[in-house]
Amino acid sequence: MKFGVITFPGSNCDYDAYAAAKFILGEDVEFLWHADSDLRNCDVIILPGGFSYGDYLRTGAIARFSPIMKEVISFAKSGGTVWGICNGFQILLESGLLPGAMLRNRGLRFVCGHIYLRVESTNSAITRELERGDTLRIPVAHSDGNYFVDKRALDRMKEQDQILFRYCTRNGEMVDSANPNGSLDSIAGICNEARNVFGMMPHPERCVESILGSADGLRLFASLRQHFRQRVSA
Amino acid sequence: MKATVRVELKDGVLDPQGVTIRNALVDMGYPEVGSVRSGRIFTLDVDADGSASAKTRVEEMCRRLLANPVIEKYTIEVIE
Repeated sequence: MKFGVITFPGSNCDYDAYAAAKFILGEDVEFLWHADSDLRNCDVIILPGGFSYGDYLRTGAIARFSPIMKEVISFAKSGGTVWGICNGFQILLESGLLPGAMLRNRGLRFVCGHIYLRVESTNSAITRELERGDTLRIPVAHSDGNYFVDKRALDRMKEQDQILFRYCTRNGEMVDSANPNGSLDSIAGICNEARNVFGMMPHPERCVESILGSADGLRLFASLRQHFRQRVSA
Repeated sequence: MKATVRVELKDGVLDPQGVTIRNALVDMGYPEVGSVRSGRIFTLDVDADGSASAKTRVEEMCRRLLANPVIEKYTIEVIE
C-alpha cells in the first residue's frame, strides 16, 4: 500500500507522518505538494498537522481551496481513504468532507501534552484492529480543537456510529476534566457516513515507538495496513 | 463600492473568547456586563454595477469563505 502525505504551506507534521508510515510501518510513502493536482495512485491520503496558511481566517479555511484539495475531495467522494490529523482534521471540516466545525479551545489556551483517548467504534479502517473501550495515550497540540456540531447532526453521527474517539482519563472514564479543549461530547475523532474519511485532533504519528513516550499511535497505522492487506487478498 | 461584512458566532454556539473577555471586564470592575460575543469585520472594495449585484456576490463570498455556516452568521452592508 502507498501513503500520500500532503504538504501545505505551514504544515509541520508532514515529516512525522511520513516517517511513521515509512520507517516504523515500513510502507511506501510519497509527499504530495499542495499546489499539485495528482494524488499519484496513493491508497491513503494523510492531511497532516500544522498551521496551513498561518491559520488565517479560520483554521483550514484557506487550505481547503488548495489545488490538491479538489483531487482529495473527488478521491474521498469515490471512496478513497483520507485521514486528517489536527490541522488536517480542521481542513476536512472546512471542506465539508466531515461534519462539524472547530471553535477556539475552552480557556483559550494552546493545549500541548499527552492525553488519553477511548476507542468508541472499531467500525473504521483506522480502528478495526483495536477494541471498543481501549484507551490510547496520544499527544495533542492545538488552539482550535473545540469540536462543535449542531444537535441534529450530532444525533445523526451517533446513530451512524461516526464517533471514533473520545477524550477520557487514564482509566477510560469520560469526565469533563479529561477533555482538554471543551469539545462537545468529548469528541476527539470522527469519520464520515461512508466511513472512508477520518479526522482526529490528537497526533498518532507522534507516538509510534516507545522512545517517543508511547507507541499507541502505531496501532492506528497498523489497522489501516490490515484493512488494505485484506482488501488486496479479497 | 465598499462592502462591510460582519461575522459572528451563531446564537447558542459557545464563544470562548467572548466568555474570557466578559470575565476580564467583570474582574476590572464592570459587573454590569452580562455577556460578550466576539466577531470580526471585513471591509471589501468591490467593483460592481450596483449595490444589489455587489451584495449578491459578497453573499456568495460569505457562504463560501468569509463565514463558516456551521458555526457563524453574517450581515452585509454595501455603501456606494
